[in-house]
Amino acid sequence: MKFQNFKGGVHPSQEKNTMECATVKMSIPGKVVIPMLQHIGAPCQVAVKKGDTVKVGQVLGKSDAYVSVPVHSSVSGTVTAITERTISGSKPVVCVEIKPDGLQEISEDVNAPVVDSKESFLKAVRDSGLTGLGGAGFPAHVKLNPPKDAKIDTLIINGAECEPYITSDYRECMENTENIIEGINHVLKWTGIQKALIGIEDNKPEAIKKLKNAVNKTDSISVYSLKSRYPQGAEKMLIKSLTGREVPPGKLPSAVGCLVMNVASVAFVAEYMKTGVPLIKKRVTVDGSSVKTPMNLEVLIGTPIADVFEFSGGFTTEPAKFIMGGPMMGVSLYSDEIPVMKYTNALLALNEKDGRIPDEYACIRCGRCVKVCPMNLLPFDIDRLVKANLYDDLDKYNVTDCIECGSCSYTCPSKRMLTQSIRLGKDVLRRKAKK
Amino acid sequence: MENTLFVNSSPHIRSEVTTQRLMQDVIIALIPAAFAGVYFFGLRAALLIAVTVISSVGSEFLIRKALKRDNTIKDLSAAVTGLILALNLPPELPLWMAVIGSFFAIVIVKQLFGGLGYNFLNPALAARAFLIVSYGARMTTWKPPLTYAADVDVLSYATPLGALKEGGELPGLIDMFLGNIGGSLGETSALALIIGGIYLIARGVISWHIPVIYIGTVGLLAWIIGPDGVFTGNPFFHILAGGLMLGAIFMATDYTTSPMTKKGTVIYAVGCGILTMLFRLFTNMPEGVSYAILLMNVSVPMIDRYTKPARFGGEAHV
Repeated sequence: MKFQNFKGGVHPSQEKNTMECATVKMSIPGKVVIPMLQHIGAPCQVAVKKGDTVKVGQVLGKSDAYVSVPVHSSVSGTVTAITERTISGSKPVVCVEIKPDGLQEISEDVNAPVVDSKESFLKAVRDSGLTGLGGAGFPAHVKLNPPKDAKIDTLIINGAECEPYITSDYRECMENTENIIEGINHVLKWTGIQKALIGIEDNKPEAIKKLKNAVNKTDSISVYSLKSRYPQGAEKMLIKSLTGREVPPGKLPSAVGCLVMNVASVAFVAEYMKTGVPLIKKRVTVDGSSVKTPMNLEVLIGTPIADVFEFSGGFTTEPAKFIMGGPMMGVSLYSDEIPVMKYTNALLALNEKDGRIPDEYACIRCGRCVKVCPMNLLPFDIDRLVKANLYDDLDKYNVTDCIECGSCSYTCPSKRMLTQSIRLGKDVLRRKAKK
Repeated sequence: MENTLFVNSSPHIRSEVTTQRLMQDVIIALIPAAFAGVYFFGLRAALLIAVTVISSVGSEFLIRKALKRDNTIKDLSAAVTGLILALNLPPELPLWMAVIGSFFAIVIVKQLFGGLGYNFLNPALAARAFLIVSYGARMTTWKPPLTYAADVDVLSYATPLGALKEGGELPGLIDMFLGNIGGSLGETSALALIIGGIYLIARGVISWHIPVIYIGTVGLLAWIIGPDGVFTGNPFFHILAGGLMLGAIFMATDYTTSPMTKKGTVIYAVGCGILTMLFRLFTNMPEGVSYAILLMNVSVPMIDRYTKPARFGGEAHV
């Protein structure tokens, strides 16, 4: 097995201000807003109505579709409203609003699952509501059940955490080490995969050491230190760095015999097997130039982000931008009433100077975007075509290969919004294909 | 929430490198060569540099106004073009010719095609070619180094390549390295140019590939195609002679007119080297750097088209 790095990438300032901040449990908020769609796939159908009393871990919504996971209540209390809100993107999503009673009574449905076969394992993972906790939000039970003809030989555990600011996965490695290993063992057992590789960027030496000690006696699990370079944590880049294999265009990691899971996701599997408590809380890094005291918090899903910032101590300057996620791929939010969801791993509040995007100037054809693109694309060319509305020529430029990591826009001396153009190009092609 | 929030597509951070900072670095890198020019050819050289830079920046300001477009002199690219053009001129060139050259470079080659990033030829080199065609005699009238007296007679002095072509006495390699020879005001001192080149590479403005491969190709061909048979040539003479150092480090590396792909860059640099030597050895012209680079500039779109990077993960099995 060859050990090599991927091509390109950038190295923004790390800003890992919260590395030494042990996770603090956040108090119960005044209300929670739980969307029925917090994952890639079909939204859940609401299973409760206004006025219902709900308990912690109770199912609020589920779907019969295969690519979907149920959504659970993170608090005990009363359902105050079922509304439709725009969370991200343009389509509104049904949300259940609950007023917590502060008691946090656990639902009777919460029991440790009985797992004695692959089928019961996958059912348990689905029932837990687990979606990729690294930020992508892909239903875990679907990922753990690749097509029969895919021969998976390597489970890759993603502890890279290449985005600036975010340290939640690092804290997971430091505070939840045993569960990570236990979770890996569960997955290896029921999927039949022979070996697991844990990849962590070399800017987290303590985590690497701790995990190496924890896997000391295990043959099937190894820990690797990866060069710190964004986007090392992107699935395709991680696979290339750890195994040298390149995922073919349009295919999943299973096509090259790999299955990738985030460290927090795999640790959650272990916890769920023991307690039966579904996915109702998240470790979130709170940081940014407007935040008074950056820290890591354990937040109940559904907590409005305004409450999270308030609990952390509020702001030093008026925030001009809220980001859910990291500064490279995170989503800028239009409101602070948006709740923390399953795929939230960081909340950033930036001041005016940091939040403002510079004006774009003419492309000087310097080639930096080509050099840094980890997917071998020509961002400047795609941008040129999109800006000229020449969408028909886009297929030849492999637009769909783009992982939207943002390296091109980051590095452009003329501050061109290349990633945005590529996204637009992808969207236009997608709509054309649908017709 | 009372105040307004910025909402935009990711990424939300940018690297500190800006076009202006890149241009600033090029100007800094050219200062040693400019100083060498003034040292060897006197204050007239300094005047020529000043006039060329001012007329370049002025041309850009005026044409942008005339075309009703925004003022771009702040990005410093016009200043860079002016400085590079000045370094390509004989030190005694009449100032009004330099002004015409600046106008040609900025207005015709750059702004009429769309401005920064749209030119298909290196503006300074294209202007030099234009001036040679228009004012051939004055553009090939050289001055001996370190003779500061402004004589009434037009002094005519051979550059190393001119001497090679005419069969005259060749200067020593040390003189060629330091700049104690005749030539354009910025091309004579290889030492000053190399210092600038190392600065640019260290600052990440250019990569070593084009200068090293271009110069290497020239040296290799100079050695192989020797005057007394194969492998008898003097590579160092050709490397240090003429405008190769200036061209390979500062003109062939111009972003807009060089390829965007890695493979393309190698082809381009080798092409520049081959053409330079072909012009030097097999034509009447003593020097070939300007035309070599200009011809390679023109082939860049084609080079880019045929050297697109391989698809990640191989072609899709559709």
